[in-house]
Amino acid sequence: MLDITSILMTVAPELWLALAGLIGVLLGAIFGERFNSLSFKYGALSLFAAAALAAVHFGGGEAFGGLVRTNTFVNFAKVITFVLAGVALIISEGFLKRHETTRYEYSLLIIFASLGMGITLSAADLMTLYMGIETLSLSSYVLAAFHRDSARSSEAGLKYFVLGALASGMLLYGASLVYGFTGTTSFTGIAEAGVTTGALFGMVLMIVGLAFKISAAPMHVWTPDVYEGAPTPVVAFFASAPKMASTVVVANVLFTVFASAIDQWQIIVSIIAGLSMIIGSLGALVQTNIKRLLGYSSIANVGYALVAVAAGQEFGAAALLTFSTIYAVTSLGLFAAVLAMRRRGGMVEGISELGGLARNNPVLAVTLSVLIFSIAGLPPFGGFFGKFEVLRAGLGAGLVPLAILVVISSVISLGYYLKLIKIMWFDEPTERFERVDVSVMGTVLLCSVVAGAVFMVFISELGTGGWASFAAAGLAN
Amino acid sequence: MGGFPILSVMTFLPLAGALLVMLVRAATAGSSRGETSAQARRAVLLAAVIISAATFAASVAAFFAFDRSATGYQLVEQYAWYGPISYKLGVDGLSLSLVMLTTFLTPICLLASWNSIDKRVTEYVIAFLVLETFMIGVFVALDLVLFYIFFEAGLIPMFLIVGIWGGKDRVYAAFKFFLYTLIGSLLMLIAMVYMILAAGSADFEVLEKFAFAPEIQTWLWLAFIASFAVKLPMWPVHTWLPDAHVQAPTAGSVILAGVLLKMGGYGMLRFSLPMFPDASAMFQPFMFALAVIAIVYTSLVAWRQTDMKKLIAYSSVAHMGFVTLGIFAFNDIGIQGAIFQMLSHGLISGALFLIVGVVYDRMHTREIAAYGGLVSRMPIYASFFMLFTMANVGLPGTSGFVGEILTMVGGFQAATWAAAGAALGVIFSAVYMLTLYRRTVFGEITNPQLSDIKDMNLVEWICIAPLAALTILFGIAPNLIFNLTDSSTTRILSLMAGGQ
Repeated sequence: MLDITSILMTVAPELWLALAGLIGVLLGAIFGERFNSLSFKYGALSLFAAAALAAVHFGGGEAFGGLVRTNTFVNFAKVITFVLAGVALIISEGFLKRHETTRYEYSLLIIFASLGMGITLSAADLMTLYMGIETLSLSSYVLAAFHRDSARSSEAGLKYFVLGALASGMLLYGASLVYGFTGTTSFTGIAEAGVTTGALFGMVLMIVGLAFKISAAPMHVWTPDVYEGAPTPVVAFFASAPKMASTVVVANVLFTVFASAIDQWQIIVSIIAGLSMIIGSLGALVQTNIKRLLGYSSIANVGYALVAVAAGQEFGAAALLTFSTIYAVTSLGLFAAVLAMRRRGGMVEGISELGGLARNNPVLAVTLSVLIFSIAGLPPFGGFFGKFEVLRAGLGAGLVPLAILVVISSVISLGYYLKLIKIMWFDEPTERFERVDVSVMGTVLLCSVVAGAVFMVFISELGTGGWASFAAAGLAN
Repeated sequence: MGGFPILSVMTFLPLAGALLVMLVRAATAGSSRGETSAQARRAVLLAAVIISAATFAASVAAFFAFDRSATGYQLVEQYAWYGPISYKLGVDGLSLSLVMLTTFLTPICLLASWNSIDKRVTEYVIAFLVLETFMIGVFVALDLVLFYIFFEAGLIPMFLIVGIWGGKDRVYAAFKFFLYTLIGSLLMLIAMVYMILAAGSADFEVLEKFAFAPEIQTWLWLAFIASFAVKLPMWPVHTWLPDAHVQAPTAGSVILAGVLLKMGGYGMLRFSLPMFPDASAMFQPFMFALAVIAIVYTSLVAWRQTDMKKLIAYSSVAHMGFVTLGIFAFNDIGIQGAIFQMLSHGLISGALFLIVGVVYDRMHTREIAAYGGLVSRMPIYASFFMLFTMANVGLPGTSGFVGEILTMVGGFQAATWAAAGAALGVIFSAVYMLTLYRRTVFGEITNPQLSDIKDMNLVEWICIAPLAALTILFGIAPNLIFNLTDSSTTRILSLMAGGQ
């Protein structure tokens, strides 16, 4: 029986984004330059609408003969990522205007990247999964190289592309092995067929490919370079929305497709998580460029998220959503603050440029400090609850060594987070930053209030027993 | 339950005050560069002193609402918060006495900054008031996670206080302080999460009655003690303390020695003993050994110091060794003594840091060798210094004596050798304190800069005199404190016995 309404509702966010993207292309073709400035509002509104569509049909459904299936788990991720993508788009405009690269293609690429995230999250079939990941990746490569006149940006884009293509190849190879040994590409079909030794090889290759996409060690090497080279607003986008979407996708695939092989992938994911935490926090210690530093920090944080994944569906699903949501919001705020580091018409990226910020710009210093303490997982800020959830998931699943690694990595990472605090608060002031865009400063403020206070007060609404638990329950069906 | 939420008000009053100061500052930032004028600076400090004095008044109100004869937690406020975590506050005699120490010392600290802090005063008082909220919170929280939040959040303002207003090597000291404490508390966090998973609740009262298996207790105990040993601090993880003390501004040192160290002892009494009795009993000799090493070794180290603050810092480590000794004696007299020693040390070491601050503000050096002959220029100062020197040595009639003798008697009943070792420390403390006093106060004036040094001014009087009065009062009438802490000591011991 073909229930057209149900199908439409299930794929509504993606359908809407695809439509919005295509209309955007047309508008760009018709109005050309005149559409450039408007395109940012157009893109952001489209993304917010997509988030609303995902929220309306939160319960999810099935479409296209089982190629697409949504539930509360992925819809939760969709709502958050689409909103974050929209905000990331809004704060880009000022930056691009000053670098004379305000082009409507930028907004459209963000829309298409978000479309990719939506498709990946909805995937219930290896084909859909791959299609979504490639849509996201291809848009991301172009975005990383969006400053085509800048050697650094082009290098970042090229590096991302070459390594990303390799990872996609691995993912595809793994998927084909799984298909070969189970005879089906459908998630439920594979789960029913059971994971044989051959399919296990496929699973490992798929994990490797996906680990690249979420920049988990040892597939992380592209991250610092791309974060440093790509335009800052693009990095703000990379570090928030796709990060959250991809980790949720990893969890979705492992929890639904390979649920029976948990003993096997738990070890692999644990090792990846441990490596990411340690490599990320040690790597960040020696960085002097704030974007590189935050790049390494994001690797470490992916490690924490993977602890929740390794804990398995029962313990980890709600924890993953809680942690990723708090992390993604904090991360967006941090990169928005990096966008505020402008001096004499150019961006500055050395961490020493923050010297004495507490004297020059107390508001930015306080909000940035809150974000840093939050991402470091210090109470009473939101990040603490994310880490608390991760620890609870890890210990609940009996992964004690991994929990201890979380602690060790947190202490190491405080080494560089405190360095940032020290530079802002202890050091003598350097030259003031230029006036910050209202949208950028507003985002920094908003994110720090949300990450610092709102998540703390309303953690019971978000975390276990709240929306995250409700969303995670969708996986069980 | 029900009634006026006096504990919440007391806890969050300083935080509200800090926000108020922040808002006023933000509102006036455009009109004047207020920082520079001495008048504006004083106004900010005065506001902070008033806020913290109001907090002290709130704690006094809590004291009168508190029924000393009843056992268990009182003035309890409880609201559901997050899963097994609840917002639950309450006090018993132990926590109430430490809360009062905190609220008493904070206004003194702020007042002590009257002349010594001349840059970024607004940020300074905000950091201090926020710190006060977290310190009070640690003592009144009756929920594991709430406790942890207050316990760890206090690091942030203290880090800023040491790092911004500290001495020459302040950055090193601030980092060391933060990272040492953090690694301990994160291990404790793992143990806490485990306990919540096992017991299904983060409520102290549930966990106190929950019997953890002995082998699990060992691990949990170790994780908790990792945190408290750093905080107290115990040898060999005490090395952050001399650095932090020396580099911190005077008021920061007072709060560090007066209150932050007490969180370690409080934690042992609140968690280690009642919740993990088997493990505590098992590790008793180990803790005694560490306590004796701390007392003897750091006393000797203190003797060799040339920096006044560093000497007092090492003496703090030694005096905290008595606290460990008393707590792990597992008897009434030892625990009562340990609590008394914590309160007494809070007053005495706080006063000693203020005493050092008085001459530091005038001479800008803490080298013992730079002083000598102060008695002829600063007789009143010399008298106060004498009093607190004697109190730190443990002279009968001062509060220092009561704490040391009781912990030693308690320790003696549990293990003779430990008390014998600790007694050595009493002798050493006389050696280093009297040496310090002789070299700074007596003798000829050798440093020409000392020839026109002024005696204590009014503000310094206001800061130091109450501490002196209490030191003598508690030395003569220790029952004032024992009446308050008696029921909680009995309760801790009965919880221990119930668990074994």
